[in-house]
Amino acid sequence: MTAPTRVLAAGVQLPPLEIPVTRTLIVAGAIASRDYQDVHHDAELARQKGSPDVFMNILTTNGLVGRYVTDHFGPTAVLRKVAIRLGAPNRPGDTMVLTGRIEAVDGDTATVRVVGANALGRHVTGTVTVTVPTDPAPPAPARTRETVAAAPDPKDRS
Amino acid sequence: MSTADVVSDPLGARLKAYEGAPAAVAGVGKDPVNAPMIRHWCEAMGDTNPAYSGPDAIAPPTMLQAWTMGGLSGHEGRTGAYDELLSLLDTSGCTAVVATDCEQEYLRPLRPGDRVTFDSVIESVSGRKTTKLGTGYFVTTRTDVRVEGELVGTHRFRILKYAPARRPPRAARPRPVVDRDNAGFWQGVSEHRLLIQRCADCGTVRHPWLPGCNACGCLDWDTVEASGAGTVYSYVVMHHPPFPAFTESGHATDAAGPYAVALVELAEGVRMVSNVVGVPYDKVRIGLPVRAEFRTYEDAEGALVLPVFRGVEGGE
Repeated sequence: MTAPTRVLAAGVQLPPLEIPVTRTLIVAGAIASRDYQDVHHDAELARQKGSPDVFMNILTTNGLVGRYVTDHFGPTAVLRKVAIRLGAPNRPGDTMVLTGRIEAVDGDTATVRVVGANALGRHVTGTVTVTVPTDPAPPAPARTRETVAAAPDPKDRS
Repeated sequence: MSTADVVSDPLGARLKAYEGAPAAVAGVGKDPVNAPMIRHWCEAMGDTNPAYSGPDAIAPPTMLQAWTMGGLSGHEGRTGAYDELLSLLDTSGCTAVVATDCEQEYLRPLRPGDRVTFDSVIESVSGRKTTKLGTGYFVTTRTDVRVEGELVGTHRFRILKYAPARRPPRAARPRPVVDRDNAGFWQGVSEHRLLIQRCADCGTVRHPWLPGCNACGCLDWDTVEASGAGTVYSYVVMHHPPFPAFTESGHATDAAGPYAVALVELAEGVRMVSNVVGVPYDKVRIGLPVRAEFRTYEDAEGALVLPVFRGVEGGE
């Protein structure tokens, strides 16, 4: 098994990632990001503010967009910029499907356009700039087949 | 901002004055960058990137803002200007807030132990905007995040502070007009009985309810309870316009889709207009066997019982 090679070329599509938008995800994301705005955990207060239910906070969306890109490019990928804009809210029971496309490549740095769509429309549109270090060529002599095999495969995730 | 804007939107003009004012000065992250908060974040996001755990762990870069959050105990270092701006918006009815944009740049990874400080400036305040959520103002702040004086990331954040648009109360279903002549029919429906008028003289059944017999003119009548069996005599499919009263839930995308309105011929010989349920609208056909049932609709005006006709599986 070798580390997956991720093609850095404009036009390359990232495989889609489906995120079930559960109430638990919304609340866990809000609290993990230290965002205690009531609309992200209290459905009754969300309704009073004109939303039919709680909705995902922008920090969680930001985290999911970052995860989507690093899931694809692997643990050596370095996020440089994440710029997102929110549209339709992510509410419990919905599913957000993240899709991405490499828009431009400059050396080992790619600009990826990311869209997260749910049943209401586009929840998030954004641009992620990520540096993906190319494998050191030639491989160091000490690097044996075993150590290569032991390298974590970024796709080995639950 | 033009003079016209100042005249038409005095609040907007006052808000504009805050552009360039500091929103936070020498803010200090409540916690140093730390492994437990990183782990909680990764659990919530489902992020198993090995770069975020172990002895050489870095924090997920997208956590940048989390290290500056005030949490339940509030912000430290927030300036009077930003609080003033927000309370000005609050008192003008723009009580709700939603984040719309987040643009982050990461200059170097944060690692457990890093102590974050931050300075924030009110970069811009938009003119008055009407959005689907309501009318309000976009406020953009830019935050520089530092560790020991070194700039590690920047964070531009835009919120919409708005007065929530009033959600129109759910339209109630139109009520039947109940009068002296048809009161008996609706009384029957409320008891889940479908009553047909019958002439006391010639025995002709009739529907809708009328004071006299169409066949013989007799004014005396009694009723027979319909068995509920019937067939679709004719139908139309309603596509447009959607009627909010017929929407099944408050969800914006659940506007009543096409639905079949049928003229049902009852086994007793009279015909009645109602909905066909349990059959997709495009599967309703003339001759489709149906059976009456009663549905209760709850809305702002209370409960309403209506007879509907359910398609019968497999025909007669």
